[in-house]
Amino acid sequence: MKKTLASISLATAGLLTLGMQAQAATLEDVQSAGELRCGVSTGLPGFSQPDSDGTWRGIDVDTCRAVAAAVLGNADAVEFVPLTAAERFTALQSGEIDMLSRNTTWTTVRDASLGLNFTGTNYYDGQGFLVKSELGVDSATQLDGASVCIQAGTTTELNLADYFRANGMEYEAIVFDTSEQSVSGFDNNRCDILTSDTSQLAALRTQLSDPSSAVVLPEIISKEPLGPVVRQGDDEWFNVVKWVLFLQINAEEYGVSMDNVDDMLSSDNPNVQRIVGTAGDMGDLLNLPADFGYQVISQVGNYGEMFERNVGPDTPIGLSRGVNALWTDGGILYAPPVR
Amino acid sequence: MNSDPSLPPKSSVKPWNDPRVRSAVFQILAILAVAWVGYSLFQNTLTNMASRGISTGFGFLDSSAGFGIVMSLIEYNESMSYGRTFFVGLANTLLVSGLGIIFATIVGFIVGVLRLSNNWLIARLALAYIEIFRNIPLLLQIFFWYFAVLGTLPSPRQSVSIGEVAFLNLRGIVLPKPIFEAGSGAVGIVLIIAIIISLAIARWAKRRQAATGQFFPVLPVSAALILGAPIIAYFALGSPIGWDVPALSGFNFRGGITVIPELGALLLALTLYTASFIAEIVRSGIISVSRGQTEAAAALGLPPRRVLRLVIVPQALRVIIPPLTSQYLNLTKNSSLATAIGYPDLVNVFMGTTLNQTGQAVEIVAITMAVYLTISLSISMLMNIYNRAVALKER
Repeated sequence: MKKTLASISLATAGLLTLGMQAQAATLEDVQSAGELRCGVSTGLPGFSQPDSDGTWRGIDVDTCRAVAAAVLGNADAVEFVPLTAAERFTALQSGEIDMLSRNTTWTTVRDASLGLNFTGTNYYDGQGFLVKSELGVDSATQLDGASVCIQAGTTTELNLADYFRANGMEYEAIVFDTSEQSVSGFDNNRCDILTSDTSQLAALRTQLSDPSSAVVLPEIISKEPLGPVVRQGDDEWFNVVKWVLFLQINAEEYGVSMDNVDDMLSSDNPNVQRIVGTAGDMGDLLNLPADFGYQVISQVGNYGEMFERNVGPDTPIGLSRGVNALWTDGGILYAPPVR
Repeated sequence: MNSDPSLPPKSSVKPWNDPRVRSAVFQILAILAVAWVGYSLFQNTLTNMASRGISTGFGFLDSSAGFGIVMSLIEYNESMSYGRTFFVGLANTLLVSGLGIIFATIVGFIVGVLRLSNNWLIARLALAYIEIFRNIPLLLQIFFWYFAVLGTLPSPRQSVSIGEVAFLNLRGIVLPKPIFEAGSGAVGIVLIIAIIISLAIARWAKRRQAATGQFFPVLPVSAALILGAPIIAYFALGSPIGWDVPALSGFNFRGGITVIPELGALLLALTLYTASFIAEIVRSGIISVSRGQTEAAAALGLPPRRVLRLVIVPQALRVIIPPLTSQYLNLTKNSSLATAIGYPDLVNVFMGTTLNQTGQAVEIVAITMAVYLTISLSISMLMNIYNRAVALKER
């Protein structure tokens, strides 16, 4: 019996020390696994949702694929881990996933107290309201006393409370576990309003039994910068995820796209050369292959292509670039230079 | 020989060969090892969380919550603390579990007795009820009541009016709210006195029956007393309780008390699901009472209803109580499925929204587990006390 006890103690001690080592060096872990584990939503059209073939599609999905293309040279070497809003941070903290790309709003509390780092913004969003058209409401200031369907575990819950309090209005919040349940609550008339990020409202409206029965109100009540998240304390990996997105934005700015990236390899423009990796040693500095920029653009595309493909005007979501346009086009998308 | 030969001579055994010493040593070692593992896990978690920059501690409970909760038994608004959201969630969990236990027990006992009815149709109906509700997953039943049944109610503007004072719609039942004015305390005192008198009557009737065999109709008399006395007092004192009658304004009804449909759906599902198990437990308890008891009671001339109440049920309870306790525990724990339909119970409010807003997963999950453990152990303890009271007393 003593022997058993001793071996159990030893095994436990081993487990505990293992727990201590299981941090940092995410880049090496991903390279040796040959696969990137990326946390996405359980299904949000345009951001992360499996299509009819079971392939994950969306702007958040492409953000993961771009990182996989940069690190492993293969955009398809991603294992997508669907997570609810409530599970996402724990999954990242515990190391179950290597990065989180799940329409997650960048806030002080999340950045400072969860042991996480936001690497940038891949979509600038804001919270809005979807209202039954039969109620004849045309402004959010007329919503006093309304019942509101909402998804649990989101910044949306706090914004809603703040907005109604600030405007001296009463409300009744019905909090559901998933986005699908909150939509069916709204569809069943349990609530007068469905509130979420405006990009999602457009998509969720298409899921109603009668999409024309609801309208999106013009008011945007919050700032929701959505972006990828990594664990704190692994600066090497933080840099990789951060610069893959910056590179995609820079590529759009300098006109490097999926179609012309092969021609761009012989470009004379030093900015373009640094993006596709024919000049400079960006790959070396980031501990990535020298051609990581080329891999990202040729397999996933620049930011604009990622946007148009998933949420742009030609998709069912049909969002215009708006503030998500490049700074040169009147938007606020501005990435630090690749140099 | 004077000494017992089975006892070894004391001096000849070395301590490490003494089975009592050895077993004690091993038990102490095992406890120490478990404690050490637990302590290491705790320390390791703290160290790892600190090294990853994750905040720890319970300080977050004092900071302002900032989110709304649809239903609260205690006073709550957005400016109150996260600690307050814990109590709001806890009160809602206790409400739905408490009501669920009461209703499931009533329904379960009735169905269990009906299941044994000599009437073929009634017995089969009870059987069908039990088999249907016992064999469908609870979560599906919750969705069924919430989306399929309560979801078909009319919208607030087309509410079903009950006497123009209460309204039934998709947003729940809106009831008039009593406003207690001066003198209403007297009505409450009358009610309490009526209850005390009823209890005294029940005690007296039981003693008298034990002594003389004469029966006294306790139930109708107490019911008349408890309901009638306060009503008479109410009118005698000139109607000191006002009513805040709800009225439609804007989207919803204002005023009154709203019972949200999430509570209704959850309560219905928990009650009907658990009652089907309780019915089977009651049936097994009744069958366990020997047939001779019923026959003997009938031979004494007791009517069937009193045979059930005075002879069968008291003996059946000995078999019923232990498994019934498990059902109460199940019901309480199952109430956490509330989160699927948005009823603001402890899991929905505290382990859902509060956890997400603060990110203090370890602390909140630990608190929540401790709460369910405490509730369950309390129910077990109460039921064990009751079980000891009804258990067979061998004299």
